[in-house]
Amino acid sequence: MLRGLNLAVEPGETLALVGRSGAGKSTILKAVNRLLVPDSGEVIVRGQPGASWDPFELRRGIGYVLQEVGLFPHLTVSDNIAVVPRLLGWDESRTDARVDELLRLVDLPAGEYAARRPHELSGGQRQRVGVARALAADPPILLMDEPFGALDPVTRAELHREFRRIQSAVRKTILIVTHDMAEAMALASRVGVLADGVLVALDEPDAIARSEDARVRAMLEPLLEATAALRGNSSANRGTES
Amino acid sequence: MRVFEFLSTHRSEFGGLLTQHLFLVAVSTMVAVAVGVPLGILAARRPRLGAPLVWLVNAAQTIPSLAMFGFLLPLPLIGGLGARLAITVLIVYALLPIVRTTVAGIKSVDPALVEAGMALGMTPRQLLRQVQLPLALPSIVAGVRVAAVIGVGTATIAAAVGAGGLGEYIFRGLSMVDPTVILAGAIPAGLLALALDGGLTLAERAVRGALAGRRKAPLRVTIAALGVLGAGIAWVFLGGAPSQATVRVGSKNFTEQIILGELLAQTIEARTPLRVERRLNLGGTFICDRALRSGDIDVYVEYTGTAHTAIFKQAVDTDRGRVFQDVKNRYAAEGITLMEPLGFENTFAILVRGEEAKRLNLRTIEDAAPHTPNWQAGFGYEFLQREDGYPGLARKYTLRFRAPPRAMDLSLIYRALADKQVDMIAGDATSGLIEAYDLFMLEDNRRYFPPYDAAAVARAAALAAHPALGAAIGSLAGRISVAEMRRMNHAVDAQRREPADVVREFLAPR
Repeated sequence: MLRGLNLAVEPGETLALVGRSGAGKSTILKAVNRLLVPDSGEVIVRGQPGASWDPFELRRGIGYVLQEVGLFPHLTVSDNIAVVPRLLGWDESRTDARVDELLRLVDLPAGEYAARRPHELSGGQRQRVGVARALAADPPILLMDEPFGALDPVTRAELHREFRRIQSAVRKTILIVTHDMAEAMALASRVGVLADGVLVALDEPDAIARSEDARVRAMLEPLLEATAALRGNSSANRGTES
Repeated sequence: MRVFEFLSTHRSEFGGLLTQHLFLVAVSTMVAVAVGVPLGILAARRPRLGAPLVWLVNAAQTIPSLAMFGFLLPLPLIGGLGARLAITVLIVYALLPIVRTTVAGIKSVDPALVEAGMALGMTPRQLLRQVQLPLALPSIVAGVRVAAVIGVGTATIAAAVGAGGLGEYIFRGLSMVDPTVILAGAIPAGLLALALDGGLTLAERAVRGALAGRRKAPLRVTIAALGVLGAGIAWVFLGGAPSQATVRVGSKNFTEQIILGELLAQTIEARTPLRVERRLNLGGTFICDRALRSGDIDVYVEYTGTAHTAIFKQAVDTDRGRVFQDVKNRYAAEGITLMEPLGFENTFAILVRGEEAKRLNLRTIEDAAPHTPNWQAGFGYEFLQREDGYPGLARKYTLRFRAPPRAMDLSLIYRALADKQVDMIAGDATSGLIEAYDLFMLEDNRRYFPPYDAAAVARAAALAAHPALGAAIGSLAGRISVAEMRRMNHAVDAQRREPADVVREFLAPR
């Protein structure tokens, strides 16, 4: 349930929406690609009202990285990546070339990975394939729903670096939703905070970090705790040295 | 081992039956897939339509196969004796597993994957074809395998409507009480089921590979499959329209009936220019009667008592003339002519050992009644229980045995009498074993049993169309004594001779 939401994602920016589970994050993404239709209000995509788009056309022009990846288990890695190009009717040679290019981009050598099935990959590798699939038809817009949520912290940090490298290479308009403020800070140029279906803050990461709003502080809490713990440890270390 | 011997001596016949069997199962399973998978898809996507649909195929599954054959027999287009009807029935049975597993397979696809497909911009059709169907495929193929295996089993019953297949051996073996012949049908049918199951597993892999890859392969497979299907259907539905000067002779599925069917056929062939088509070994009174009424057969031999009680549902009547006339009138009202009786009666026979009958000078059941306190009796289970079996008989003739009668299997009862384990049995008046064991049939002089006179029943239309036909059948009136019927039954059952040869000898001028 979302109320009074007014949000504009600028071309080429990475905007992250942070909120607890049930805050309405996924609903926003589904409203963008018309998996859900808002009761009232309007979603404008690429300057055109959502309702005026052919929904299938619209979705093929928006990359989507899903929670838990959502790779098709009966398809190989390369067939998973090729889904949207084939829906768009690309010829096979163009599709094949694009798949190779994307496998290189996400650092999965085609020779080794193209023919594998999703269950033969690690969680991090699956997530990279998920990103490659979303980018396959070179859509200007990318939606990411808890893209790195299911990964261990080390792999997640690695994929965050990877994401920034890829984003600097492809320059997409990206909307990420996550419950992890650290992830939002690490990936986005602007961060919004959602609480109970209402957007309570929207600003650049350092401004969000300094916010006095209790609902924003609540989302920052785990992050501050971790930082404090790190500081405490380092001062303790210094203490023993002197 | 003896099964193997039998199969190697009947090699070409066996090959034909196996091919028929495979054909029945293959065509019916393919049609069931072509109909059932789309129905399953529809049911999975529109539950409101799907629930009653699944209920319907469920309900169809509970109809016993022989009853289904009987009900569908008179229908145009799908009915009629032969492969067409068998395939229709097999399709009905194959639908349930296929529809159900298709529904279950599609519903079991992870909703997250369905959402992923939609988010990538798949239309419902593309989603079905690229995501839901491939993921449901193992489940669907499992259903097809179940359907094919059930089909192999059910197709054995197709022999009851003259569609051939391995069931021919099973029915023939049952009527001859010969386990070798039964097994000659049952074992290959079992192996066929296993082979089909294995083959479909391989097919599943092939289809899965094709679906996962590029899209041309399944298209080609589909076209090929549809081609085979179309050819099969055309063969079944267009083929086999009989030329006009043909008479179709039917029979039920036990030895005496097959001999009588053969007798009618050879007589008609000898005395008329008509071509005879043999539809012997049909699955019982119900099927024969239905086939006669629908015009799928023109003539077969019925027993007056059976027609009176089983076909026309009349109360038991023991007056021979009255029963004959009543049955004749009832048949006539439905365009069927009851011909003159053949001369013998296939009724219950109360039997004692021949030497005993001679020694005590017994001729009738009444004569034997005073001796029963010294005797032990043996009866079949059904005869022992039924009110119109032993209990009524004992009252009618005041039979009092020294101990309660023993319940025995009908196939063992003649031998038990000959071996003096029992002293009186109820058997079958035309059994070949009566002569073989030198048994004596006591006359039912108080007329306890209803009359079971054997007489041909023919379609009046066929008789009118071919005047020679009635004369040919009529030539058999009163020609077969009970002793001759027993001898022919014995020649086929005990001496393993071909019914056609036995009949030929009988008809040869003496």
